Amino acid sequence: MGNYLGVTKEQQEEMKHVLNIQSTDDLYRDIPDSIFQKEGTDLKEGLSQLEVIKIMKQKAATNTIYASCYRGAGAYRHFIPPIVDLIAQKESFVTSYTPYQPEISQGILQIIFEFQTLICMLTGMDVSNASVYDGATAAAEAIAMCVEKQKKHVLISETINPEVKMVLKNYEFAFGIELEFIPEKNGKTDLHALPSLITENTACIYVESPNFFGILEDLDTYSTLVKEKGIKSILGVNPMSLGILKSPSVYGIDIVVGEGQPLGIPLSYGGPYLGFMATKQELVRKLPGRIVGETIDHDGKRAFVLTLQAREQHIRREKASSNICSNQALCALRASVYLSVVGPNGFRQVSNSCAANAHYLAEEMFKIHGFYRGYPGEFFHEFVSVSQIPSNDIIAKLEEHHILAPLPLSENKLLWCVTEVNQKEEMDFVLSLLKEVSEDGIAI
Amino acid sequence: MELLFEKTVSGRQTSYIPELEVPFYQYEDKYLNEQSLDFPELSELDVSRHYSELERRTFGINQGFYPLGSCTMKYNPRFHEQVASLPGFCDIHPLQSLESVPGAKFIYEKSEELLCKITGMDYMSFQPAAGAQGEFLGILLIKKFHEKNGEGGTRSKILIPDSAHGTNPATAALCGLNVVTVRSTNEGYMDLNHLRELANTEIAGLMLTNPNTLGVFDPNICEITKIVHEAGGLCYYDGANLNPIMNIARPGDMGFDCIHLNLHKTFSTPHGGGGPGAGAVGMKELLKECYDEVWKVKAFHGHFLVVVRALCYLLTLGEKGIRDSAVQSVLSANYMKKQLEDTFTIKQKGFCMHEFVITLEEESKNYGFRALDVAKAFIDYQMYPPTMYFPQIIPEALMVEPTETESKETLDYAVEIYKKVYQDLKRDPDSAKDYPKTTPIHRPDEVSAARNPKLRWRKET
Amino acid sequence: MEKELKLFSKTHEWVELLDGGRALVGLSSYAVEQLGSIVFVNLPMKGDTVQAEQSFGDVESVKAVSEMISPLTGTVVKVNEAVFDEPGLLNEDPYNTWLLEIDDIKNQEELLTYSQYQSLIGKS
Repeated sequence: MGNYLGVTKEQQEEMKHVLNIQSTDDLYRDIPDSIFQKEGTDLKEGLSQLEVIKIMKQKAATNTIYASCYRGAGAYRHFIPPIVDLIAQKESFVTSYTPYQPEISQGILQIIFEFQTLICMLTGMDVSNASVYDGATAAAEAIAMCVEKQKKHVLISETINPEVKMVLKNYEFAFGIELEFIPEKNGKTDLHALPSLITENTACIYVESPNFFGILEDLDTYSTLVKEKGIKSILGVNPMSLGILKSPSVYGIDIVVGEGQPLGIPLSYGGPYLGFMATKQELVRKLPGRIVGETIDHDGKRAFVLTLQAREQHIRREKASSNICSNQALCALRASVYLSVVGPNGFRQVSNSCAANAHYLAEEMFKIHGFYRGYPGEFFHEFVSVSQIPSNDIIAKLEEHHILAPLPLSENKLLWCVTEVNQKEEMDFVLSLLKEVSEDGIAI
Repeated sequence: MELLFEKTVSGRQTSYIPELEVPFYQYEDKYLNEQSLDFPELSELDVSRHYSELERRTFGINQGFYPLGSCTMKYNPRFHEQVASLPGFCDIHPLQSLESVPGAKFIYEKSEELLCKITGMDYMSFQPAAGAQGEFLGILLIKKFHEKNGEGGTRSKILIPDSAHGTNPATAALCGLNVVTVRSTNEGYMDLNHLRELANTEIAGLMLTNPNTLGVFDPNICEITKIVHEAGGLCYYDGANLNPIMNIARPGDMGFDCIHLNLHKTFSTPHGGGGPGAGAVGMKELLKECYDEVWKVKAFHGHFLVVVRALCYLLTLGEKGIRDSAVQSVLSANYMKKQLEDTFTIKQKGFCMHEFVITLEEESKNYGFRALDVAKAFIDYQMYPPTMYFPQIIPEALMVEPTETESKETLDYAVEIYKKVYQDLKRDPDSAKDYPKTTPIHRPDEVSAARNPKLRWRKET
Repeated sequence: MEKELKLFSKTHEWVELLDGGRALVGLSSYAVEQLGSIVFVNLPMKGDTVQAEQSFGDVESVKAVSEMISPLTGTVVKVNEAVFDEPGLLNEDPYNTWLLEIDDIKNQEELLTYSQYQSLIGKS
């Protein structure tokens, strides 16, 4: 029914006349008859906008939106100032293409340049690219930056997010790199085991902090070890933690990557999100993806352009080190608007609030009979609980009250996530439910 | 124009979240960030005005004709944006139980059903974030297939025509395959004799765009896929140019085993200034088992909200609307091409598909103005230039793809301007470098940008 | 040294033979003109070996990249680091901007004299 053709039936006839054809089928002479689908009567008509909107609203309404959420594990519910949505819906930002024509794309180019700057400020690194698909692909691309013909051995920690792990395993198959895991001990990367795993072919090491269990890794030791061996270090971070936690650059990390979703991007069932990558000046030419640079125009006016393009696939073809030819500009825009409106103090406040709320819930939870901390280390806003009560019982109890339960890691382990949106009253309610479960569990 | 960082006023801020209701958590010093964050300090109004100004400096489809060849810049229906911001789609966690998201399940299943029908595939994956990642997954499927058949070590070559987009060879090479280039004939078709020479037991398969980057449909397509299959290879279809043949010819019927679609081109989801798009990958039954092993190319379930938009499009158009769009895209391209033929040298001699390629090779030699100059001059008439210098095998190329959503009036206006610009430049080639004249900046110095990269703002010290 | 005294490969690299069996390698002015403004140069490191008729690095202009083919086989003993900081030197003065100094020269491609090279590129 609906279509968006800009040409009327009458005008189509005029066009056919200009082309001297009877039927539009004549335009398809090159298509063999055996596979040509003639205009038939059995083609289904579409629906009106009214009907499609109705269907989509109905379907959206069948998805459960939890009143409160204690699940993170790579995707986080934060408060998104509504101005972020409104700016990201501006038509020109939504509908423009990759800014190939700088004269009429200064807006998008400046947005990306500002995003690159914000990511550098956030991570303390020298340079950033215009973003990649998500945190998992950012990790994979960072590894691809480090491997060389003779150095294809890559160490990754067992404590990284399992989604990232799966993506990296796939890249292992694709690139012919050798992945080896650094074992986990008490919820942390076992750095004592690290030196013996390093070989002369080791190109780089990938660790996340906070790691999948929410624990902060021992980055001082990690960076010292890696530097001694002359190996590239890659660190995955949760950007929200950097409002209070030490900047990765302090540890001398070579490449910092992460999932930018916490910065103003809705959960959206997993995408689109925002992978960011930042590195040291000397690695800039290995950095994949789009990069925007500042220059001047012929009158000496400040101008922004896509630059260092000779690194990219559309020029290097089979010699390129990455096939990425896009970026998540609209998601990067969201992150930039988010960081600009909250500002340095607001960002610190959100970061502090995540940590304080999470530590409050953890402390109170572990006072409840039958609930214990999974791991001893310091954490940011995620932590693991161990309980004699089966995970499924706890989940069922919380779901009854419209709460998205923590992610079950095993029959008795749960991964909790708390952010600034989980207010005290709400957490106290969860604690009361856990007490109930605990008492019921003990009664049995 | 000033940057966010240059507008900052210390102490300016807006409040978004309440004060702490729980005790402040004090980390040990060794974890704490002692450095100050340099983010800008601005009011919401400052930020609002900043981005409004940036929007004025960004040319979108909402502002004018956008005939970027090979990018399919069709109208992005506005109601899709509204649907994609419904809380039932935006506020669901990727690790929620499947039972709690029947609506999300519907989005994926319905999109799969409809896209399989259009392409002649058996399954459709929505994992890949973009076309390039779709190619990556597709090539992994082919690699896995041969590995499972015990030929992983021997089938190490991939055939790619010389007209292919640069991403094809980049993807194949990243996946450890050796790229072997197949020649094109003068008409822009694949050279069958060369293909026969190259198709042997060392090939993993073929990557092909059809219609190809020259905007022509290869009439030998069934023969091509047959030759590759007989040599034991698989055929990969790059869906960059599916738009003109939707519900007219299906890649599955042409003999392709797996394909990727760019939902942001063909199925009208917006480009967002460079992304996010989505690259759906279709495959036939024989690759399903391989898919179960290599499906994970990104975290979670792909670009869900992009698929939501594509489904809105598929439902609105229906099979008939989809076919009508394809036909109109071809009709419009040929209509434009026909009228430009008396002025410009156009590569395709017969009918083109949805796009055509102008070459200014002669003009650059004889008059000294280049494809770049012509493109820049169009900007002054409120239209986005065509794709420049692509495909790479055509010198001084301008690739024009009007798409089906542009009106006849727009096409007529564009034809008039294209001719006017051409005559103006021919008359006064010395003025070539002055265009565009009406934009906030004139031509930027890309050489110094690349020689002395300045990739971030820094506080002046 | 005068360009007339240099030797040239068909792939547009020049060679200047030095005393002691060493040689300098650079790019011809024709090659540089074809590339346009050069923005970056990738070169092997001191100590690496280069093979005749094989790539030894590449040069980037804003929107193109081009491989450089070694005119001879040998060991790199010096790299002209000035071109890393100022790749524009190649555009300004290609015949005085050498890229590599090669020693232990084993064999070399069949090289052309300046006038032979000029007729190859159609400028005789």
